[in-house]
Amino acid sequence: MSQRNAAAAGTSSPESTFDLLRELVSHLREKRTELREEWAKRITESRLLTAMTREEVFAEATTVYDNYVAVLETGSVEALQAYARDLSERIIPRGVETQEVLGIVLLLRDVLARSLFKKYQLDFNLLNRVLDAYEPAANRIANTVAVGFVQERERIIRQQQEAIRELSTPVLRVRERLLILPIIGLIDPQRARQLTEQLLRGIRENRGKVAVMDITGVPAIDSAIANRLVQTVEAARLLGATVIVTGLSPEIAQTLVTIGVDLSKMNTVGDLQGGIELAERVLGYKVVPVDEGAPRH
Amino acid sequence: MAVPILKQNQFLIASIQAALSDKDLIQLRDDLAELVGRHRARGVIVDVTALDVLDSFATRTLRAIAYMTKLRGADTVIVGIQPDVAFSMVQLGLTLENVATALDLEEGLSFLQRRLEDGRHGS
Repeated sequence: MSQRNAAAAGTSSPESTFDLLRELVSHLREKRTELREEWAKRITESRLLTAMTREEVFAEATTVYDNYVAVLETGSVEALQAYARDLSERIIPRGVETQEVLGIVLLLRDVLARSLFKKYQLDFNLLNRVLDAYEPAANRIANTVAVGFVQERERIIRQQQEAIRELSTPVLRVRERLLILPIIGLIDPQRARQLTEQLLRGIRENRGKVAVMDITGVPAIDSAIANRLVQTVEAARLLGATVIVTGLSPEIAQTLVTIGVDLSKMNTVGDLQGGIELAERVLGYKVVPVDEGAPRH
Repeated sequence: MAVPILKQNQFLIASIQAALSDKDLIQLRDDLAELVGRHRARGVIVDVTALDVLDSFATRTLRAIAYMTKLRGADTVIVGIQPDVAFSMVQLGLTLENVATALDLEEGLSFLQRRLEDGRHGS
């Protein structure tokens, strides 16, 4: 330990660290083929990246290796960051796990460290100094790649959550100025908020005049959500639109009565068909079968 | 900042351009009540599209405008309430009861026009 400290003290000046890294880089360049193969072999042995073919692993390994050496040389991780993001984007859909990515980077670190041990085994002091220069850089690289991967994963998850949320409360236009909003499944507070936003935004964007909210597929609601629905209906009125609520189950009707909703503020119709018919009447549409309405020839 | 009030046929249009102080709101209320009589207007549109907040005083004043103009012979419709504004108003219990609302100026005009025609047919 004391020897190591002494060595560290000896390499505290930036030039010598820089020189050591330069030496390191030229060593890694020289042994590129050999070390890369060793690394790819270790990856296969450790059963990492099994979702990819040997050739793919080798090709990626080559790029990672070159990026790795470039980071050691320049000290800048930006190119590696970009590559890690790009790589993550490609391999995440194929089911590559975080531990695998971290695993292969750590393997590379070990493979390179071993080769350094071998090269400097006769000069323990120098080996220490080389490792002092190498280790922080290597850890930083491992960090960068792992963080890049995790961030990419989180980005994808966020994106998917967003998509699911949007899909869970679609606002559809069935006719000019008539929107429908079918809701299926439980409404949690998050979804209720989404629903309000989507409906009000939908009214504004589609210039909706009447919106039919169908809750046939909603098994039950608690009083907080019921209040929220009533508020949404009132807010829609402030935008100049009428909301017709359809498909209230007996349980939901019971909840609404229990919390004492002012029914004069809410239009309710038994089922979706009735709701759409009422909406059409409000908008002045008249739907007639073709042969009854206008007989041809 | 005073709100410009435009006259179009039998309708008055007050288009609020920026946030108003309480004093400006009172001024708007009094101006509209006065002008409805002077121009023999049958409808009033208050456009609040530019407002990103409507507090209790503003809501109360809008309702007062609607009631006062009604008493003087004109229907009032509030147009252009933004979705976020609408929802926060409802959460604060400010629901503009018995006051007509419409999506935008165009909707408001056609609403007043229809009111006018219904009235004629009715009488």
